[in-house]
Amino acid sequence: MKRRTLLGSAAALMASSALPAFAQEEKLKVGFIYVGPVGDGGWTYQHDLARQAIEKEYGDRIETTYIESVPEGADAERALTQLALAGNKLIFATSFGFMDAVINVAKKFPDVKFEHATGYKRAENVATYDARFYEGRAVLGTIAGRMTKSNKIGYIGSFPIPEVIQGINSAYIHAKKVNPDVEMKVVWAYTWFDPAKEADAAAALIAEGVDVFMQHTDSTAPLAKAQEAGAFGFGQASDMTNFAPKPRVASIIDNWSPYYIKRVGEALDGTWKSHGVWLGIGDGEVVIGDITEAVPPEVKEEALALRDKIASGEYHPFTGPLNKQDGSAWLAEGQTASDEELASLNFYVEGITAPMPK
Amino acid sequence: MFRLEPRASAPLLWQVVTPLLAVLATIIVGGALFAAMGFDPVASIRTIFWDPLFGPAAGYSRPQLLVKAGPLILIASGLALGFRAGIWNIGAEGQYIIGAISGAAVALAAYPLEAHWIFPAMILAGAAGGWAWGMIPAMLRNWFGASEILVSLMLVYVAQRIAAWMAFGPMKNPEGFNFPGSRNLQQYESASNPELIANSGLHWGGVAAVLALAATWFIMSRHILGFHIRTAGAAPRAARFAGVRPERLVALCLGVSGALAGLAGLFEVAGPGGQITESFGSGYGFTAIIVAFLGRLHPLGILLAGLLLALTYIGGELAQMMLNLPAATVQVFQGMLLFFLLGFDILTRYRIRRRA
Repeated sequence: MKRRTLLGSAAALMASSALPAFAQEEKLKVGFIYVGPVGDGGWTYQHDLARQAIEKEYGDRIETTYIESVPEGADAERALTQLALAGNKLIFATSFGFMDAVINVAKKFPDVKFEHATGYKRAENVATYDARFYEGRAVLGTIAGRMTKSNKIGYIGSFPIPEVIQGINSAYIHAKKVNPDVEMKVVWAYTWFDPAKEADAAAALIAEGVDVFMQHTDSTAPLAKAQEAGAFGFGQASDMTNFAPKPRVASIIDNWSPYYIKRVGEALDGTWKSHGVWLGIGDGEVVIGDITEAVPPEVKEEALALRDKIASGEYHPFTGPLNKQDGSAWLAEGQTASDEELASLNFYVEGITAPMPK
Repeated sequence: MFRLEPRASAPLLWQVVTPLLAVLATIIVGGALFAAMGFDPVASIRTIFWDPLFGPAAGYSRPQLLVKAGPLILIASGLALGFRAGIWNIGAEGQYIIGAISGAAVALAAYPLEAHWIFPAMILAGAAGGWAWGMIPAMLRNWFGASEILVSLMLVYVAQRIAAWMAFGPMKNPEGFNFPGSRNLQQYESASNPELIANSGLHWGGVAAVLALAATWFIMSRHILGFHIRTAGAAPRAARFAGVRPERLVALCLGVSGALAGLAGLFEVAGPGGQITESFGSGYGFTAIIVAFLGRLHPLGILLAGLLLALTYIGGELAQMMLNLPAATVQVFQGMLLFFLLGFDILTRYRIRRRA
């Protein structure tokens, strides 16, 4: 009995004297809100892999929670508030449409740090991060341009926002570089994730004679259609290896883990600061998945060489001379597109005949 | 061994007891499901039903119940009128979207002017937009005999496309870096629909919901129109002899439910939602159909059903967050609740007799 009290008071004494050290070791709670289900096999799945990666990296020092399938708008604001109220000090909001909700909630919780994917509104405690997907699209475009027999390649668009327009332009420019006869067909699915609509979009492309297409939507339904029709496609957001070696001949993978690990580390050691970053292949955020044996070795080599040139910064996918769709000049010889210009890109480059949806 | 015998009228006792039975059954079966998935059933159930009301963060989630339930109740009270008359407006979601767009259009046209007339004008425009969208199926039914169920449902998809068009085209925020979505009305004082009392969750939409409930209660129980609606629903042929003009009733029910759905959309876009985006419609119009039936098409029932659905929704979010319950499991749980509510309903309308 006596010994126990002694031990108890000793422990209390130690605890009180070591309080600052303990406080530092208090678990950091990290919250996530996802726009889709973690099992979507694409966008949200990749963000959740990164969440698991930070758990593995920091183990007992952090605790993560997530809310999946959160609709954009008022529901997002509530979900974010609930996460903040539950003691999460770092919150990742992984969809563009969460933007205003993040800003509103961040105002109410100045001591909580927010990371918003693909947005442009920032604050003291709101950072934004995005990936240069167009770099990966350049590599896929090269493969598509080489692999097409009908000289018709396709693109399943989600929504005509700058990120997607960048992807279409980048894919087309690089397909055209290796195959001057190539034509680009675009079908808009107006969804990020809807297997039925995506399959319809793929079928529409195939019916138009497209034999290689890319997708900017997250399900594997277009690849299933490609398989039936003997066409080629690419994994989107996630590797989608179930469809390798064909129809999936390569993939563009979003790898958020390095960024998440870095930012959680900064939150832990107190060096976290708000910023807006746009990371690409060179930073390991955009990854080209395994190029399968369905692709001839020389094409694979060409694609990988382009990837490495982009990664090293030697080559920018939007390098002039490039004209806009209407024939007017955009980039002069050797000039590259600025980030500001790309961030609000709303036109196709010359040669794409599809009309831009309004 | 047993057989079901229809009751002449539904006894009040059973009307009260069956929802409680359904909640109990959901708790038992849902708890078993959670346990089978390796979650603590007691903690899960408490998180869904108890914590939003009395848990540690209830100060925040209680007002959120009103935010979530308000539009459901407002829409459902209009739908109930038509459902009682056998007029099936399945397209409240579309009327909700068009109401929001019409109201937001007034605000965006007036921007950046600050004036007192703007919000009232938005309310009128929101109601008118929803009314007009509801009148399309009404007119097509009256003139050509087209099914209002199909037409109103199809118009939801048209409305969703219009919302996308607005978000990408005419209503796109000129200061939004070409990203889709309108200006945020929360940041435009004359057009915003803020909380009336801080941290109460109550905005003008909630007030409108209560008024709508009172008005529909009055119409159904005290006004000749309520008699017409009930007769038309129970015995359409008899209603004709009683002087009911079905065309007028169709136009009235679809128009009123459309206008109320439009109002709900307007209050949402000017308040919690803030802006027109391509995904503005988030299912309130469809969920309100469930609320209407769950509330037995009665104003008081609709009030309770709206709050109950809001509770499972917010509790479900909490359960995801606190216990890492998958969203799909929470949805199964919500589905189960509706299933049992409708299933136990049989006890109010039938009595169980032992076969002789």
